[in-house]
Order: sequence, then structure tokens, then C-alpha cells
Amino acid sequence: MVDVSEIQTLEYDVVVVGAGGAGLRAAIEASKQGVKTALICKSLLGKAHTVMAEGGMAAALGNVDSRDNWKIHFRDTMRGGKFLNQWRMAEIHAKESPDRVRELEEWGAVFDRTKDGLISQRNFGGHRYPRLAHVGDRTGLELIRSLQDYAIHQPMDIHMECTALSITKDGERVSGLVGYWRETGRFVMFRAKAVIFATGGAGKAWPITSNSWEYTGDGLAMGYEAGAELMDLEFVQFHPTGMVWPPSVKGTLVTEGVRGDGGILLNNRGERFMFQYIPPKFASETADTEAEANRWLQGDKEARRPPELLTRDVVAKAINKEVKEGRGSPHGGVFLDIASRLPADVIKRKLPSMYHQFKELAELDITKDPMEVGPTTHYFMGGLRVNWETQETHVPGLFACGECAAGLHGANRLGGNSLSDLVVFGRLAGLGAANYAKQQAKIPALSAEQVESVIQQATACLKRESGKSPYLVHEELQKIMGQYVGIVRTEAELQKAIAELQQLEESLKLLKAPGASQYNPGWNQAISLPSMVTVSEAVARAALMRQESRGGHTRIDYPDESPEWVKYNIIIKKGERGMEVRKEARGEPPVELAKIAYASLEELEGK
Amino acid sequence: MADKRKFKIWRGDKTGGSFVDYEVTMDPGMVVLDVVHKVQATEAGDLACRWNCKAGKCGSCSMEINGKPRLACMTRMNSFKPDEEITIQPLKTFPILRDLVCDVSWNYRQNKRISPLNPKPRDPDGNYRMKQADVDRIQEFRKCIECFLCQDVCHVLRDRNEKDHFVGPRFMIRLAGLEMHPLDQADRIPQIRKEFGSGYCNITKCCTEVCPEHISITDNGIIPIKERVVDRYYDPIAWLIRKIFG
Ligand SMILES: Cc1cc2nc3c(=O)[nH]c(=O)nc-3n(C[C@H](O)[C@H](O)[C@H](O)COP(=O)(O)OP(=O)(O)OC[C@H]3O[C@@H](n4cnc5c(N)ncnc54)[C@H](O)[C@@H]3O)c2cc1C
Ligand code: SF4
Ligand code: SF4
Ligand code: FES
Repeated sequence: MVDVSEIQTLEYDVVVVGAGGAGLRAAIEASKQGVKTALICKSLLGKAHTVMAEGGMAAALGNVDSRDNWKIHFRDTMRGGKFLNQWRMAEIHAKESPDRVRELEEWGAVFDRTKDGLISQRNFGGHRYPRLAHVGDRTGLELIRSLQDYAIHQPMDIHMECTALSITKDGERVSGLVGYWRETGRFVMFRAKAVIFATGGAGKAWPITSNSWEYTGDGLAMGYEAGAELMDLEFVQFHPTGMVWPPSVKGTLVTEGVRGDGGILLNNRGERFMFQYIPPKFASETADTEAEANRWLQGDKEARRPPELLTRDVVAKAINKEVKEGRGSPHGGVFLDIASRLPADVIKRKLPSMYHQFKELAELDITKDPMEVGPTTHYFMGGLRVNWETQETHVPGLFACGECAAGLHGANRLGGNSLSDLVVFGRLAGLGAANYAKQQAKIPALSAEQVESVIQQATACLKRESGKSPYLVHEELQKIMGQYVGIVRTEAELQKAIAELQQLEESLKLLKAPGASQYNPGWNQAISLPSMVTVSEAVARAALMRQESRGGHTRIDYPDESPEWVKYNIIIKKGERGMEVRKEARGEPPVELAKIAYASLEELEGK
Repeated sequence: MADKRKFKIWRGDKTGGSFVDYEVTMDPGMVVLDVVHKVQATEAGDLACRWNCKAGKCGSCSMEINGKPRLACMTRMNSFKPDEEITIQPLKTFPILRDLVCDVSWNYRQNKRISPLNPKPRDPDGNYRMKQADVDRIQEFRKCIECFLCQDVCHVLRDRNEKDHFVGPRFMIRLAGLEMHPLDQADRIPQIRKEFGSGYCNITKCCTEVCPEHISITDNGIIPIKERVVDRYYDPIAWLIRKIFG
């Protein structure tokens, strides 16, 4: 039996779980509000997913094209999200991103400049105008480093390599969480008035992914277990361009910036196939000849944008189709060509880390040869359901922001909208949690029983004499998700996935982690499996319920967007007998926002 | 026939340890980090190692491979001779926690000693204006992924263990980035000399050689700030001229 009184206990007003862009910004805000704040993360500081983001962060600064403004950013986001976004979140995001970008600059971020010395902005899929503030193709590093260097001088405690295992509650309210230190394997209790999850997505459940070992859906699963609602989990983004060769880098991302800077997609017949995949909804805004697409790239404001820059879901599905129909590249992708489009020195300057990545990992010189690319699991549009003003979930005291929160992106996220999401809603979560904490007279009671049961569960796989390897079970999980819950889905496949996931859940009870608890990746893997399986099941169930194709979710048996289904979000909650899935009516959009979303571009430009 | 390669991987903790032999079958395009993962999945599930991005972007997977400080995720297996046995061990300059993982917290403490950007006021329209040419040189330093390979190899830290006196190359370029920042108003030169120990660096350039981001740590970062220190302390007139004419 564990003796809870011997476990290290730390007390805070607000504990932020996750130190990517969202968690760092949330912790900065909470500490600015004068509440006692802690930030914990699974890895070392500065290594979170956000560090990998490449292309840029979207904000309608209007520095490169003065016709841009928040309304057009809002309109693009709603259209990209196929109108399933939370209207108010998309509004706040479009309005506040420019201020958050400027704030980063004040905290040390050094963005690329325009000729006039302003922050430069680049083109990206789904964004009408060049809108992404960027630093070459390492914008995420700039963002995380700027926040990190600023945060370490704020009054907060930062605990690295500390993994949260479970939320504890006092009645309905959050009372803290239980975690463990990776270095020693020892447990720790955080007593807190409020907890913010900024733990990111769960792409590690798929075999081909751009995500790191950290993306195991911990926040989503912990929130679900604690009674919070999950929303729209069927919308998983498959980024169209991941590396496909060699196998050891399969899935590693190739930034959309390559297409933004003029890169084109070709099949094995040398055809620029994207012209054949322009959805009617975007036809009036997309070039239909190569000549026009090229004029656009040259800066002709009358020309329409190239089809390579359609939203990610459209491009990913197009590539998928080309490959399936036998027009793919030798290693099962298609060709992405920038070499024939730009001079070598320009490519090296604009896309330095892509140049580097292909050179070192695939022994390919992208200034000379085309890249081979294919879809890779990338981003969770769905996540914990939050209140749009405070970022609070349905569990009092539990907040969420960044990739692990749902709402902003609807059915499909536009590139660049995540980095701005992190700082806009990270800040709001910090504010929301601090305000909530200030209203609580004292930290709620922590139940020894809850803590004991968390620890027992976590250590069972260490104590067992023998059992299944967590690495193998992880592979099984990835196989199921890759086969049945991939880019295109059918009812039969999803049913199979759910059945197999339930079986897999049984084998979780027989896991055996090797070795002792000190810095043990095998144990860590075992601990993260239940989260991944829970989230996977939620994705499959939501995908089964949504009988249409929209954004990141494609059902072959319901190939079209349905006017009926746009009215609903899918909500998942833990019930007495397992996962409860329901559709919830979205209600009427705010009139003033609906007007902007459906307006023509001319009506909105330059205002 | 499947291609098998031999590895010696250091296993142990702060109390001690030794090299353990492993044999791993190669897949196309493998990097050293793949080898570590394969060993974890098949033979030694508890082999400790840090990684995040597997694309040379996060700086987590630093280790010493055949004695050289490198990123495991960017070290391709075909860069070795076909029959070469490969040794993999943790960074030497920092205390070992377990297997390939060491305690790099000293670096985080150094960063905390550096005061943040102190920006001048914005232009009346709310913007900052900077020329790309002026930000180019600090953007080079900002490419740093904090892998600490340069810290590991710097002999001032590695052989002489002057951690109390010298912040190391990583933080020298962090300071250079602030010192050359067009918006920064702080005067960091006295501190760079006295507290951060710029005099300890004797420009051997070992740090530059190992930097996976190809940052010219010494030429573009350390030498210019050493010059500024010299100007300030030994040539006050040159300093004054620079101060007046920029
Ligand atoms: C290769 C790549 C390129 C991208 N490029 C772009 C781009 O150009 N523009 C854009 O807008 N977006 C981009 N994205 C998406 C964007 O980077 C992510 O969506 C975003 O960084 C997520 O940030 P976050 O703060 O929500 O989470 P993260 O940055 O992933 O941070 C999650 C944090 O949670 C911690 N954590 C997780 N579980 C636990 C636990 N149980 N206990 C303690 N800590 C935990 C982790 O340690 C980590 O610190 C890209 C993504 C990838 C993978
Ligand atoms: S050049 Fe200076 S900082 Fe770099 S390794 Fe040599 S002594 Fe260390
Ligand atoms: S300067 Fe280079 S070697 Fe040193 S920590 Fe940064 S990236 Fe690593
Ligand atoms: S894993 Fe990120 S640098 Fe190697």
C-alpha cells in the first residue's frame, strides 16, 4: 500500500500542464495576474512540439498586403473549418493575433522583415493574403524560445520532466493532480485551485505521424476521465506533405511554406494534378491555369491563388487519390518540386531547415531534385470542449488551451492558425484560471484514496512478473488506427476499429514494463498507452457518428458535406457505462459574424 | 542477408556503469536514434534516452557517438564504415542521470542569469522597424536549438570545469544576440566580462565545429563581443566613437 503522507506535495493556485506555446503563454498570464503558478512538462523546457512548427503564425497585420484585416482572417478560418468552428473563438482569434505577435516581438522574437522594416508575412494554404509572420522556416523555435526566455523571469515555478498522470477532484471541483518525476520515478502531488491543460494532441496513435513521443493525448484522456467533454474528435488533420522515404523518417513534416513559396505537386506522369481537385466552393478564388497560378506567385493582385494552396484536407485527399490510382512516386507519395521553380540560393535562404532536413535525412538536394511527399497524421482539431471566454471545461477549475482544446479550427485547421491560437487562447486560459483561483477561498481537499488509486494503476505494470511489451502494444494500436481510422473511413472499418480497440484495452491490463522506475522509457510508454487508447476510441466513435465528409473527416460511404450535419458538433463524455457519444445542435451563429463569413472579399477588403 | 551492425551503448547511472554490446539489424536510411529505439523495442525496454522531434529541431537527442558530440537523430548509419563498431555514450561534461541521459540543468541556470530583452519604445504607429540586414546577424544565433553540444565540447567547461566562471558558448551567443539586437537598450558589456567570463574563451573554435545548426559561434558571436569588451576596457575612445556613431 502507498503511504500518501510520504509523497511530496506542492501547492499552487494554478498549475499549467504543458510547456509548448500554449502552456508557456498561459503560465505567463496566470503569474502576471498575481497568483502562485507552476508550469510542468514531460520533456525539458523548450523541447515541446511547438519547437518544430515551421511555416509561421497567422495574424492579419496587413504588412505585406494592406487589404488584409481581421474580418478576412476570420472568414478564411470559418471557411477552412467548414463552418464548424466556434464562431466567437474564431472572432477573438482573428482580432487578437496581431497584438500577440507584436507582444512576442517585445519579448525578444526576431521575425523576418519586409522592405519597410515591418514584420514580414508569407502565403499559406487557405489564407487569402500573405499573413504568416515567420522566421525562415523555424517559426516555432522562435516562438517557444521567446516565451521561454520571458517566462523564466516571471514569478513561477517550472518543473521539467514531470508527467501528469491524473486530475484529482473534491466533489465536482478540481483539487490538483498526481504526477511523477521522470528522473527518479517518484510520485508528486500538486494541490491546486485550478489546472490548465496545454498538453497538445495524440498523433502518436497513428503509424505515420509528424508528432513526437509526447503526443499521446494525456490531457484529453485525463480531462475525459475527470468528467470533461471532448468535442469533434473525428477531425484529425492529415498534413498533405510528410516525408515518405527513407522509412526511418516517414511522416516527418515538410512545411507548407514550400508550396507557399511556389512549390508544385506532380504525379509520376509529371502532371500538376491539383488543378483537377478544386472544390466548387473555392473555384472562384483559385487559379485554373498554370499561367494564372504563376502570375499570382509573381505578385499579380488580379490573379487567383494556385490550387496547391487549397486547404490541407483537399490537398491530402488529392494526393491520397493519385497514389491509390497508381500515379504515385516510387515510395508511395507524389513529387513536390521547388527545384525547378526557384534559384538554389533563394531556396536555401527561404527554406533553410527543409534544405537541411532533406540533405541530412534523405540525402536529397531540394535545390536540384523534387521531394517525395505524402500525407502524415499531424494535428487534432478536436479536443477538450471549453467556454470561449474563459477556456474553462465543464469541470470547475479545469481549463484547456492550445491543441488540446477544441473549437477554433472546426473541421480543418489552416496552417499558421495554430501558433496564433496558442498565444491568443493561452493568454485567455491563464486569465480564466487566475480569476477562478482568486474566487476560491482555499485549495480544495485532496483525497488520499484518489491518489492511492492513481499510483497503484501506474505501478501495476512495473510490479507484474511478466506480460505484454508496451512497445508491441503501441505498434498494435498504430496498426489499427492506420488501417481503419485514417484519411478515408467507412462504417465497417470504424466498427472494426472500435472492436479491436476494446480488445486492446484488455491487453493494457497485462502490460509489463521492464526495469525500475528511474528514467524508464518503457514504463513511460506503458503509462501513456491508456490515454492513447481512450482518445483513439473517441476518435473512432465520433467518426462513426458523423455521417458526412467534411474537412479532415472523410467517409467514403457518405462522400459529401451534408447541410444537415453542419448543424452539429459531436460531444463525448464519460458515462456510467463507458463512452457516451452525442450530437449537439450548434445554434444560430451571431448575426454580425455570419454576415462577415458569407460576405464577398470585396466587401471586406481594407476595412 | 540482413545487415547487422555492432554497437556499444553505455548503460548505468550516477553510481557507475559500463558499455553493453548490442547487435542491430539495419533498415534503409537509419540514423543512430533509430538504433537506440530499436534496442529499446527489442532488447532493453528501459534504455534511457531523450528525443522529441527526430528532425534536428529540438536538440534533445545529444550524445557522444564514437567520441564525438552529435545529435543522434541527424547521424546517419551510412556515414560510418560498413564494419565499424559504434560506441554511444552520454555527454561527458554534465552529470549522468541514467544511460544516455544527463543532467543539463546547469545550462538552464545560466540562461536565467541573463536579463531579458529591454526593448526601446515603439514607433508612433505601434510598430518596430528593423532592417533585414540588421536582424540577419542575430537570427543566426537564434537558430540555436539548445542541444548543448557546444557546451559539452568547450574545454573551459569540459576539461577545466570552470562552470562557476564561464557561461559557455551557447550563452555567449545568447548574449551576443541581445547585445547586437537593434531594439535592446541594456548595456551588457560589463556583465559579459565580469560575470559571464568572456575572457575565458580562447577561441579554439571547437564549439563551432560541433554545432548542428552550423552557427559561427566563435567568428560571428564570441569574437565580436570580445572585441566590444576590449574596446570598452582597454580603448575607451574607440568605445566612445562607436557609441556616438553607432
Ligand atoms: C512538424 C510540425 C510543424 C508545424 N508547423 C506549424 C506552423 O508552421 N504553424 C502553425 O501554426 N502550426 C504548426 N504546427 C502545429 C503546432 O506546432 C502545434 O499544434 C502546436 O505547437 C501545439 O502547441 P501546444 O502548446 O498546444 O502543445 P505542445 O507545444 O505540443 O506542448 C505540449 C506540452 O505538453 C506537455 N505534456 C503533454 N502531456 C503531458 C503530461 N501528461 N504531463 C506533463 N506534461 C505533458 C509536453 O511536455 C509539452 O510541453 C506544426 C506541427 C508540427 C508537428
Ligand atoms: S572557442 Fe571559446 S567557447 Fe568555443 S570551445 Fe573554444 S573556448 Fe569554448
Ligand atoms: S549553439 Fe549550436 S551547438 Fe550550441 S547549443 Fe546551440 S545549436 Fe547546440
Ligand atoms: S530528436 Fe530533436 S534534435 Fe534529435
